[in-house]
Amino acid sequence: MISSLRRASPAWRYGAYVLAALTLVPIVVVLASWLQPVEDHWLHIREHLLGRLVLNSLTLVVGVLAGSFVLGVSLAWITAFCRFPGRDFFKWALLAPFAIPAYVVGFVYTGLFEYSGPVQTMAREWFSWWPSSWGIGQYPGVVMVMSLTLFPYVYFVVRGAFVSNGSRTLEAARSLGQGQRAVLVRLALPMARPWVLSSLALVGMETLADFGTVSVFGYETFTTAIYKSWYGFFSPNTAAQLSSLLVVFVAVLFLIEQSVGQERRYTANQNGDPYLIQLKGWRLWMVLVYCSSVFLVGFVVPILQLLVWAWEVLGEELTGRILAITINSIIIGSLTALSVSVIALFLVLASRFWPDGKVMLAAKLATLGYALPGSVLAVGVFVPFVWFDKNLVAFLVGAFGGEPSLWLTGSIFTMVVGLTVRFLAVGYSPLSGQMERVSPRLDEAAMNYGYYGLQMARKLHIPLVRRGIIIGAILVFVDVVKEMPLTLMSRPFGWDTLSVRIFEMVSEGEWERASVPAVFLVLTGLISVFFLTKQMRD
Amino acid sequence: MNVHKSLLCGLLLLALGGDAFAAAKELVVYSARKEHLIKNVFEKYTAETGVKIKYTTNKAGALLTQIKNEGKSSPADVFMTVDAGYLWHAANEGVLAPANSKVLNDNIPEHLRDPQGRWFGLSVRARTIVYNTSKPKNILRQLSTYEDLADPKWKGRLCLRTSKKVYNQSLVAMLMVQYGEKETEKIVSQWVNNLATDVFPNDTKVIKAVASGQCDVGIVNTYYFGRLKEKEPDLKIGLFWPNQKNDGGVHVNVSGAGVVKTSMRQAEAVKFLEWLSSDKTQKIFAEVNHEYPAKTGVPISKIVASWGTFTPSRINLAKAGQNQAAAIKLMDRAKYR
Repeated sequence: MISSLRRASPAWRYGAYVLAALTLVPIVVVLASWLQPVEDHWLHIREHLLGRLVLNSLTLVVGVLAGSFVLGVSLAWITAFCRFPGRDFFKWALLAPFAIPAYVVGFVYTGLFEYSGPVQTMAREWFSWWPSSWGIGQYPGVVMVMSLTLFPYVYFVVRGAFVSNGSRTLEAARSLGQGQRAVLVRLALPMARPWVLSSLALVGMETLADFGTVSVFGYETFTTAIYKSWYGFFSPNTAAQLSSLLVVFVAVLFLIEQSVGQERRYTANQNGDPYLIQLKGWRLWMVLVYCSSVFLVGFVVPILQLLVWAWEVLGEELTGRILAITINSIIIGSLTALSVSVIALFLVLASRFWPDGKVMLAAKLATLGYALPGSVLAVGVFVPFVWFDKNLVAFLVGAFGGEPSLWLTGSIFTMVVGLTVRFLAVGYSPLSGQMERVSPRLDEAAMNYGYYGLQMARKLHIPLVRRGIIIGAILVFVDVVKEMPLTLMSRPFGWDTLSVRIFEMVSEGEWERASVPAVFLVLTGLISVFFLTKQMRD
Repeated sequence: MNVHKSLLCGLLLLALGGDAFAAAKELVVYSARKEHLIKNVFEKYTAETGVKIKYTTNKAGALLTQIKNEGKSSPADVFMTVDAGYLWHAANEGVLAPANSKVLNDNIPEHLRDPQGRWFGLSVRARTIVYNTSKPKNILRQLSTYEDLADPKWKGRLCLRTSKKVYNQSLVAMLMVQYGEKETEKIVSQWVNNLATDVFPNDTKVIKAVASGQCDVGIVNTYYFGRLKEKEPDLKIGLFWPNQKNDGGVHVNVSGAGVVKTSMRQAEAVKFLEWLSSDKTQKIFAEVNHEYPAKTGVPISKIVASWGTFTPSRINLAKAGQNQAAAIKLMDRAKYR
């Protein structure tokens, strides 16, 4: 690798710094809130909210990480290494929960299981002993729903790692007399560690920044304090100060990971027929029941409920407008996916050519936007754009006369920038994971043939990480289509998307009317997930 | 720069934001009132006057931040909310301009508008008590006031929506005017003690909980009651008007609007608000959401009329805004989540 360092253009390195700096601008805006005086709302927040909410956030993150880890890794293991009827179906089906936004799954389940909901009403009618105080509970409910919708990140990424780390190695271990569990715990998992960690990082950041899902369950987290400061105390500044704590927390985790995670590098990448364990008897049944229940609870039940609701209001909601809105969602999803892919690819290549850690750290910091709640990030994006607009407008009005107005702010361009900063992490992660699997020896070989820099990237890296680019792009697309707060704040006038429409109805408590755009959103997501499975290997 | 280049620049700017060159006959509304409750009314205005209305919807807090950040070049002409507290905040932050309109002052009752004319209530919703009508124990006879819900006789029988919703913040803010901070805090913490279950994320769920017997009483906005009753007429739920014996009246709030200070079309915007306060528009604006018109004498819808008449609180709604932060802190201390 040293030799490639010598011959790659420093433009890569500085380009990466510039890109990272640009994506950090909105975050710096949020951090800059500390330059403003601390308001006395802080006293109240510290005394009455902070302790409990920080604890709530941490326990939530622990719960959701544990849930996604167990679901993601076990299902990845089962579908990667076991042969059973329905395997091909589940490989795909287990990604389906990713197509439904967590807040939608949340309002479906709270609606079904609350006291006045159909499940408990029926239970009370059938069983006289049914306790009237029964309920899912806020914490278990929110952990279940978030784990069910976020585990596909882990499942998908870790499964890829299991498969490409080579079932041959595992086969060898087994033939040496190691049991299945030992192979998983002592060999497969440690080998997949970087991918397990990077996918869990996504889950953790998403959980920390979530506001929609937790408020469906009434579970209060750190983001509750952020929104209370902003919308309750009318102190966007206090909200930004609180948010910056989230970013700092995640940045510190990155730094720790950076300093301890250097030695890992696994490039095993055998092909050939995979070695599969044939499942029989009770094991087969257990696996079938397990996979089906995750699919049922995470996808079938929510989509059925949505369809039932949608059926009731189809007449008034199914208009030409819903198609226009769906197309808007697809446009914004595609544009963001494209912009994220280009930036992520540049960052990954730059860290490849300049593997001294600094570029890698810059790239990591560039993905911090994922740790901020969407609407706070929106303000961070907004401020520099308005500043730019104002100066541009002041100049143009001075030169040509006319009414001052904003040109970039409130355009699709701003929206794409905001969403790119928010979801860069989602596109970057699978891409860098893929790059880690490309052996450095190949770089050396390419150089022997006289390929350097961009040429090497085109001939060697891009073809090899193509899969990572596509996966990242699809994940970003689905996430953007589901995204709500940033979209709400940055969309151009009258330019509504599916998630905006869902917000409008849900915030009025009109679940039924929200279900039609929700069904369209899930369909859009499902089609993308289908393309995602095309990228899966065996 | 040759002609081609400047033409290209012009086109590019047009593409980035045609607003700069848009026709003057246009108004921009930032609205926290949701699209399906404003779209038809706005279209009517366009049909009558030829003035096109562009709008964006979001939470009031987000819209206010947006207007402030956009500053002088903000495209917003009118700021519309679903709560007086946010209007007061917008005025307090210097975002709204006084309208100085005799029409508006005549049409909108004094307690439903800003004393300085920077915002006006356009439709009224009452935040009142709902009760379960199926129980043999006559709940209706036990009901009297908001503060009575703090009485131990309601232990395990009360359902409330989360304190994070501005409607509850405004309710508590207004109670503070009536009873003072200390007494209100006692009332609110007793409410919390009387809760049958965790607070709910929205009013509809509170109504359903009361109707299904999870609790006996709850506090909700009238239009949620109207919507749900319309969909499920058999729900065992009734409306009760508290504080009717010269003891404060029913807590009301408004959905309202004000003219944005940085707007270049303030006169146009005032005209639009005046139109919104006219008899004909008031009727539609309120009816679409089972609300009460802000203007007195405008007929109410049949459903709303069926709920009977009540004496509303006459405290100026500006207090809801003034006390909002204090109300939230009070609710935090009382452990009202």
